[in-house]
Amino acid sequence: MSGSSGRIYRVSGPLVVAEGLSGVMMYEVVRVGEEGLIGEVIAIRGDRAYVQVYEETSGLTVGERVVATGRPLSAELGPGLIGSIYDGLQRPEKEIASSTGSIFIRRGVSVPSLSRDTRWSFERSRDVKPGDKVNPGDLIGFVRESPLIVHKIMVPPEVGGYVKWLAEDGEYTIEDPVAVVASGDREYEVRMYQLWPIRRPRPYAEKLNPVEPLITGIRVIDYVFPMAKGGKAAIPGGFGTGKTVALQEITKWSHADIAIYVGCGERGNEMSDALTSFMKLMDPRRGRPMMERSVFIANTSNMPVAARETSVFLGVTIGEYFRDMGYDVVMVADSTSRWAEAMREISGRMEEMPGEEGFPAYLSSRLAEFYERAGRVRALGRPERYGSLTIFGAVSPPGGDFGEPVVRSTVRYVQCFYALDYGLATRRHFPAINWLLSYSLYTDFVKDYWNKLTSWSEYREAFLKILQREAELSDIVRLVGPEALPEEDKLVLEVARMIREDFLQQSALNPVDAYSPPEKGVMIAEAIMEFYRLARRALAKGATVARVRELKSRSEIAQLKYYTLKQLSEEVFKKVVDDVRSEFRDLLGGE
Amino acid sequence: MSRERLFVKSTRQIFGVRGSLLFVRAIGGIRYGELVEVSLDGTSILGQVIDVSKDAAVVQVFGSTTGVTPGKSVVRFYGETIKVPVSSDMLGRIFDGLARPIDGGPQPIPEDYLDIHGSALNPALRVPPSEPIETGISVIDGLLTLVRGQKLPIFSGSGLPHNRIAMQVVRQAAVRGSGESFVVVFGAVGVAYEEAAYFLRELRSMGALDRTIAFIAPASASTVEKLALPRVALTAAEFLAWSYDAHVLTILTDMTNYAESLREISAAREEVPGRRGYPGYMYTDLATIYERAGRVATRKGSMTIMPILTMPDDDITHPIPDLTGYITEGQIVLSRDMWRKGIYPPVDVFLSLSRLMKEGIGEGKTRGDHRELFSQLISSYAEAQYLRELSAIVGLESLTPRDKKYLDFGDLFERKFINQGERERRTFEQTLDVGWEVLSVLPEEELKQISPQTLKKYHVKYRLGVQTRSG
Ligand SMILES: Nc1ncnc2c1ncn2[C@@H]1O[C@H](COP(=O)(O)OP(=O)(O)OP(=O)(O)O)[C@@H](O)[C@H]1O
Ligand SMILES: [Mg+2]
Repeated sequence: MSGSSGRIYRVSGPLVVAEGLSGVMMYEVVRVGEEGLIGEVIAIRGDRAYVQVYEETSGLTVGERVVATGRPLSAELGPGLIGSIYDGLQRPEKEIASSTGSIFIRRGVSVPSLSRDTRWSFERSRDVKPGDKVNPGDLIGFVRESPLIVHKIMVPPEVGGYVKWLAEDGEYTIEDPVAVVASGDREYEVRMYQLWPIRRPRPYAEKLNPVEPLITGIRVIDYVFPMAKGGKAAIPGGFGTGKTVALQEITKWSHADIAIYVGCGERGNEMSDALTSFMKLMDPRRGRPMMERSVFIANTSNMPVAARETSVFLGVTIGEYFRDMGYDVVMVADSTSRWAEAMREISGRMEEMPGEEGFPAYLSSRLAEFYERAGRVRALGRPERYGSLTIFGAVSPPGGDFGEPVVRSTVRYVQCFYALDYGLATRRHFPAINWLLSYSLYTDFVKDYWNKLTSWSEYREAFLKILQREAELSDIVRLVGPEALPEEDKLVLEVARMIREDFLQQSALNPVDAYSPPEKGVMIAEAIMEFYRLARRALAKGATVARVRELKSRSEIAQLKYYTLKQLSEEVFKKVVDDVRSEFRDLLGGE
Repeated sequence: MSRERLFVKSTRQIFGVRGSLLFVRAIGGIRYGELVEVSLDGTSILGQVIDVSKDAAVVQVFGSTTGVTPGKSVVRFYGETIKVPVSSDMLGRIFDGLARPIDGGPQPIPEDYLDIHGSALNPALRVPPSEPIETGISVIDGLLTLVRGQKLPIFSGSGLPHNRIAMQVVRQAAVRGSGESFVVVFGAVGVAYEEAAYFLRELRSMGALDRTIAFIAPASASTVEKLALPRVALTAAEFLAWSYDAHVLTILTDMTNYAESLREISAAREEVPGRRGYPGYMYTDLATIYERAGRVATRKGSMTIMPILTMPDDDITHPIPDLTGYITEGQIVLSRDMWRKGIYPPVDVFLSLSRLMKEGIGEGKTRGDHRELFSQLISSYAEAQYLRELSAIVGLESLTPRDKKYLDFGDLFERKFINQGERERRTFEQTLDVGWEVLSVLPEEELKQISPQTLKKYHVKYRLGVQTRSG
């Protein structure tokens, strides 16, 4: 499509104002200047179109051409997504490097998002044959994209009719038609890829309640503040509190089929660290490199700020696309604050009325547009498929202060809030999720899952109560020292410490404990609760906390997390619980 | 900046002056971001086009607009953004913030002219930093190891000895491995006259000057020079790293002065201020400086950056340290308490962290015992600190003999391990050995982070028989 063309009227940072673009639409993509820099129309005032340019604008001059493309900013969705590293405009960065031969990202590069040369092995669906009626979302074939992912070729949303022709099994590029769908006198060639505007949610048949937990492998999340498949969570925290590590762990270990990692306005070294480890690490459940089920979007802090927004929406769009195939997708965005800051900068240049701390009034609705795309759905089309898109967004509040606008707007849309705590991080308590400030609104939805494994509802509540009590007692301790407390309270402090150190703390650097399957958490929690139960009984019979603290099984419990689930279930767990019991028996017998 | 300029165009059509902004009636072909020169009586000041439209261009001048006369003063447009000459002959030399020599020598013959803003490294080509740099300072090398490609700042406070630490790093830093070329680029932004004089004196007396390039913009320099300096220094550094395979460590001090200049310009532009008057884009601005650190798969060299800043009112939540912490890979925090105790360098070990250290230490990099020794020192020091606080509540007499050993350890750790002579260079081995020495005051069974094998191999008790050690 060729759209109208106009001229640059004004340049101010990433904002370019163009005149003469007749008939241009909101959110239409335009090409700016001689180099054809990519921009998007974000406001139209009279004859002038306000264009947010996704590349560095220095050197642009008044009067240069601006050409409308007639299309909104869209993602290419098809085989080739898995294992890719994209910038915020879905340009593949590895291919940029090989095509430019430079170690830098230079502006104006144009490389297709999905390879046009790769031949994929297409297998037609046995459920569809020529003459059948197909509707949006119906599966017409499959491509094994990676050893972990079968890419399902779907009739695009908004296309339907009779199958006039369906390709034989064979090798095709994504440009080759694999089906022709006829509706009335119109024919539509279905290819293995489709385009979808990144700002528009992809349609589904039905949105469902998030009733299944999304196991992340992080104990404090899974056991204490559970996430659900299709849920949405924010991870706010000051610098160095562990947002990035948490998001990386979540993408690595979550029980999801696809992981999408969006680095938006953050560090390049972190991206390369994540990339390298995804190449090396094996998915614990499927024994293949994690890269084979992951997509990366890397728009680092020194890359154009406007593309932070597109990074986030690009990630969500890719996530929805895999969701529509019936997969469970987890997407993380690090950090939504950098995106919000980009909005603030553009808004300032547009001379819009600033809201709080200079952020635009639409900050909140833009965040909603993002988070609301999470969900568990019944997808469009046949065969019936259920998929989910779960979102975790990091928030980086200035000074670690949760009262600022981005955190405050985000909490209105997310259902889980993992508040990272500077004090815990300095004490090297990781993940530094503050148990008094964090919450999950999915607790009730997922209780059936957990209560089948253990007395979860009861233990979880007990944990939180003990930690709460510890917080109250610690004020007293600071004044008078711990020895002045009554014995029961000393025991609460001791058990709280066990919960914190032996259960909640989980180092991402420890190869054994980085991923903690649910059953492992269950065992550690049960051991702690058994210890607590027996200790209380012992105190009632006159034992002292000093004696209880010295029990050897106390440190055996501390070691539990360094065992694999296999070792724990084969012997260790049983032995430790037996030791706990016999030590308490001796303790009482000896008195 | 000394290349002969072919000015593309010029005009006298200034129609407004506001603060440091000039409003110029538009002439064709003015480029966004290009550099301009405004001539006054006899002198000239530099500026940059920060907004251009069909009707007018807005020029931000870097300096005072006194003397600018609408309709009379001439504005010349350079046609390009700010570029500097770079060359390997810059080694051993001292420049101002715009790469003009200030050591009396001639301008080195340029090998290239580069845009000081640089470009973003392709994230897909980066490789994770994993090789240590030896600064010769124990508390850094032992507990906060700096690795090639990292950006690790020092958060200081006014009156604390960050300049001396900076000079010690410039003198001492090195990489392991023969045949590796190592270069230090030193940049001082907006420093007081005394500090500038101190740096010049130190640099000149330094044996290491031939592998050093220094850039100094004193407090009296123009705003443009102060804003340019970090970028100019990094442009020279990148040239050596990416074209000459050098491992370059760039030290930038005092980035608080840089941030103040940024705020000044933002205020002049009447932008909506962000927190405490600093511009909303300060995160991005600082990131475009610090993100120039890194390593890439297709080059041998590396870019490491150690910015130094003073926290206003020692407040780590102030926007300058806060935004820096959000960009860098850890931080080294100096403490006034430690300084009062007479410890140099006065590092607060608990608030400090080198996030990339874990990849850069161990066998073949520093030494096999580094990881365990590091964890042990940190956890024992934390215990010592806890017992210090406890003894303040319950009194020294109620501490056990074990507890008292910890108190001894805490003192020894500060006085022998952290504390170090300003001219004393310790190798990684020496640093680790001092670590073992201070640990030896604790009973062996307290060393829970250390495996029996490591203990046998390195603990002072088992090594004394094998070799005699000094200190
Ligand atoms: N789960 C964890 N296990 C072990 N160490 C951790 C964990 N989380 C964080 N850390 C430590 O804290 C450091 C900082 O964590 P991280 O990079 O995730 O912080 P962040 O919140 O993303 O900070 P920033 O806002 O500056 O990006 C890590 O380098 C690591 O040393
Ligand atoms: Mg982070």
